[in-house]
Amino acid sequence: MAGDTQLLRTPLYDLHLELGAKMVPFAGWEMPVQYPMGVLKEHLHCRAAAGLFDVSHMGQVILPEGAVSALERLVPVDIAGLAEGRQRYAMFTDAAGGILDDLMVAKKPGHLFLVVNAACAPQDIAHLQAHIAGVQVVTDRALLALQGPAAEAALAGLVPGVAAMRFMDVAEFDWQGAVLWVSRSGYTGEDGYEISVPADVAVDFARALLADPSVTPIGLGARDSLRLEAGLCLYGHDIDTTTSPVEADLTWAIQKRRRAGGAAEGGFPGAERILAELAEGPARKRMGLRPEGRAPMREGVEIFAASEGGQPIGRVTSGGFGPSIEAPMAMAYLPAELKIGDTVYGEVRGKRLPAAIAPMPFHPHAYKR
Amino acid sequence: MSDLKFTEEHEWLRVEGDLVVVGITEHASEALGDVVFVELPEPETVVAKGDEISVIESVKAASDILAPVDGEIVEVNDKLADNPGLVNEDPMGAAWFFKMKVEDMSQLDDFMSEDEYKDFIG
Repeated sequence: MAGDTQLLRTPLYDLHLELGAKMVPFAGWEMPVQYPMGVLKEHLHCRAAAGLFDVSHMGQVILPEGAVSALERLVPVDIAGLAEGRQRYAMFTDAAGGILDDLMVAKKPGHLFLVVNAACAPQDIAHLQAHIAGVQVVTDRALLALQGPAAEAALAGLVPGVAAMRFMDVAEFDWQGAVLWVSRSGYTGEDGYEISVPADVAVDFARALLADPSVTPIGLGARDSLRLEAGLCLYGHDIDTTTSPVEADLTWAIQKRRRAGGAAEGGFPGAERILAELAEGPARKRMGLRPEGRAPMREGVEIFAASEGGQPIGRVTSGGFGPSIEAPMAMAYLPAELKIGDTVYGEVRGKRLPAAIAPMPFHPHAYKR
Repeated sequence: MSDLKFTEEHEWLRVEGDLVVVGITEHASEALGDVVFVELPEPETVVAKGDEISVIESVKAASDILAPVDGEIVEVNDKLADNPGLVNEDPMGAAWFFKMKVEDMSQLDDFMSEDEYKDFIG
């Protein structure tokens, strides 16, 4: 699959091979999809203890402090109200109200720190540079995520200060002379951290974490089942330029200040559509599905209102088997009038199988708020 | 193990009287990853070689199991419905998929021996 394409490698590439990872091309990078433990056990280990993820493929970007209002012109999110030392989920919207990418924005002393998706990073950076002066792309740092109930103890063993952080706090810490940029956040629904570490000490730092018996390396396979159980969107699948933040049920990320009647109402791309959908409700919405039985409904499965006949009412955008819930789960865009508990039918291999509209997350979040 | 036959679709076949027991190879189960769902054919179904008669879903993807020969499904391994992980634990033994009644056993002649299969998967 890689063909002639020049795949990028993270600073941890050799460590992944040493740990027995199976490497696959992902968003232009050569990334570990699983280690010898396997996707299922990696998933369960992360929920029971702690998992270490290499997410260095993601884009790390610094914006000058003065970029707050310029950034607010690109996202429907209250950046001005973000307190120093705090991080917030955001999305770049386009003029039609679709989502160009989702990202994290942290307010740090003297600057903003952004983490964007690997596949979107080149476009995101160009987008930022077109609208904001002084965009600085961070290329000399790895990004690791340490997730799970044992993450706090494992990281605090190296950097004691992290134990006092709360969910979505950001702070800097010294580790053996290197400055770590730490946030208490992640993409698994578990408590945990994302740690930006200088590339030249990234392997040493990862080894120090892996030396803790509770920590095991986790690949992209389990990262996907963990985030899906947590009800979190994957860009390019559950959200993209054809979905608005309101349709995607991400309205919690649009603070009052940016909504109708707020002090900084609108003023972001696609505001007309997004504010109208906030007021009137969208025609369709991202919903959770719990298929009956054990057969997964994967991405692309068409959803119908009845067990036979009719046109599709939606399509699965992410779906698979949840190791922690021991059942299949999926997300789909469906008519907004559907309610939790309603039955719909997914067509799997020519057969319509029932699935219940279900609340998300499928597995409860365990954030330390 | 010497009486086992192997297909290029990574199925194994074992003759038991006039029945053929079918499962997937260890190599296939490793490649699939953790199996989370197995859909088996209905007993008494008459199948033709190449029919998609069973589905395995792993954490990664769905894969079809093909009827390796012409015949009739006479028994399926119901244990796999409740415990699909058996496919990873014991693919060559307890995790057989189905038993077929096969009239023309010469259909098995072209399949690989264990040594040939080992060469095939490299």
